[in-house]
Amino acid sequence: MRAVISVVGKDRPGILAFVATQCADRNINIVDVTQKVLQDLFTMIMIVDIPEDLENFLIVADELEKAGEDQNLKIHVMHEDIFNSMHTI
Amino acid sequence: MRRHNRDNILETIRMIDEECLDIRTITMGISLMDCADADIDKSCEKIYAKLMNKAKDLVSVARDISREFGIPIINQRISVTPISLLASVSGGDCVKYAKTLDQAGKELGVNFIGGYSALVQKGMTEGDRRLIESIPQALAETDIVCSSVNIGSTKAGINMDAVKIMGQVVKDCAEYTKDNHCFGAAKLVVFCNAVEDNPFMAGAFHGITEPDCVINVGVSGPGVVRNAVKEAGENASMDEIAEIIKKTAFKITRMGQLVGMEASKRLNVPFGIVDLSLAPTPAVGDSVAKILEEIGLEQCGGPGTTACLAMLNDAVKKGGVMASSNVGGLSGAFIPVSEDAGMIEAAEKGVLTIEKLEAMTAVCSVGLDMIIVPGDTTAATLSAIIADEAAIGMINNKTTACRLIPAIGMDEGDHLVFGGLLGEGPVMSLKKTDPSIMINRGGRMPSPIHSLKN
Repeated sequence: MRAVISVVGKDRPGILAFVATQCADRNINIVDVTQKVLQDLFTMIMIVDIPEDLENFLIVADELEKAGEDQNLKIHVMHEDIFNSMHTI
Repeated sequence: MRRHNRDNILETIRMIDEECLDIRTITMGISLMDCADADIDKSCEKIYAKLMNKAKDLVSVARDISREFGIPIINQRISVTPISLLASVSGGDCVKYAKTLDQAGKELGVNFIGGYSALVQKGMTEGDRRLIESIPQALAETDIVCSSVNIGSTKAGINMDAVKIMGQVVKDCAEYTKDNHCFGAAKLVVFCNAVEDNPFMAGAFHGITEPDCVINVGVSGPGVVRNAVKEAGENASMDEIAEIIKKTAFKITRMGQLVGMEASKRLNVPFGIVDLSLAPTPAVGDSVAKILEEIGLEQCGGPGTTACLAMLNDAVKKGGVMASSNVGGLSGAFIPVSEDAGMIEAAEKGVLTIEKLEAMTAVCSVGLDMIIVPGDTTAATLSAIIADEAAIGMINNKTTACRLIPAIGMDEGDHLVFGGLLGEGPVMSLKKTDPSIMINRGGRMPSPIHSLKN
């Protein structure tokens, strides 16, 4: 299942590495990454493939968002269709 | 793979996180025609069984979709065939139907179930009459059942006998629930030109021209529209503002369409419509009044309000129509007073009056909604307000509605609190003149000349 992981937080070294490790631990394949730092604000968008079924997706999404909270990062994991439908005709 | 634009992604997340964008409701419409039985108890048994079967996965599927797509889905609801049709077959005490709906709805975990309704724009059957008479008791003795009565249409005119009865019914609904914030009246809508696929409460029912079971979705997002208008700045012209609203409405509707299709697939129920209605909530930033103020009014209710609302309502529809071929329901801007922080504020300051609201209903998508009036308002006055509102709908070929709450024991200047999505508000002032001779005439107001289109 293709999903979009967005990460927003105060910039510091290791955010990308942290999120990427979290993904690797869960067998999530990263397909594309863009990241940018505006003043102090780190934002990153990852397109990923999450294996298996919906149940797994929900568990993984919860875990990642929780892991983000512990690191003071706002992480969202969302099905990519939402962006396709809202921003393309 | 499609390359996602980073800004688009962040925009969507901002809309959801900061601007209160949400799917307001996934409403499952369920036909109860096959539950009709000459024995009311059997009829109720069949209804219970059908609801429990059709809607068993509604709440869990909505929860999964919400999680997966990262969009809050606030409510799951059910609308059913107008119960007056079943009451016509079965006879008996209509309140039994309300209690059956209430019980099934609660067990399924939905937060409202609509369709304790009658369509009497041209006349009343015995079943209609008995259902209408039972509404105050039914709403007082249940928690999540919603009721609506259609008393007029452009095609049929206005049933003034029904208008007269409904004034009393509204009053009784408040009276029967006076110890519970007059909550009964907040669950009753009196319509002209009611639509059959509306997913929003309290006016939702499952029309008889609808399929056996259908999924309708209501999307909201006043905060998103307000922010988009704000970003345009003070120098943007009115057509530029309209364009911005249209584009925003497009995006919101696409999200509704996606969620509706997904819910339909997972529940194996046909997809009906997306209703894009800017439905405010009492939450800060989720206000239609604030959009109007953002366009450039000092306060909602002042001069200019009707014009801004007309533009807003139209632009919302245009964006929605482009985004989905299944736009339906009411689609436009709702202006419920007690559910909108900006409206409450304007009403409290006396800038927003019921007369101005009446003008606004001529250009918005529904009508006089969630308006708290003094507790001693007579049934005739309530009927007369209903008649005025229905006349606007009948002549302008649009849906209008009244959801008036007489605040029993309260007067102008007092404050009634419902809590939750229904909010709170000041008791608004009404003219005290007596319309009872007009209301007592009864009969039917003929349909207007432009109804004769054939």
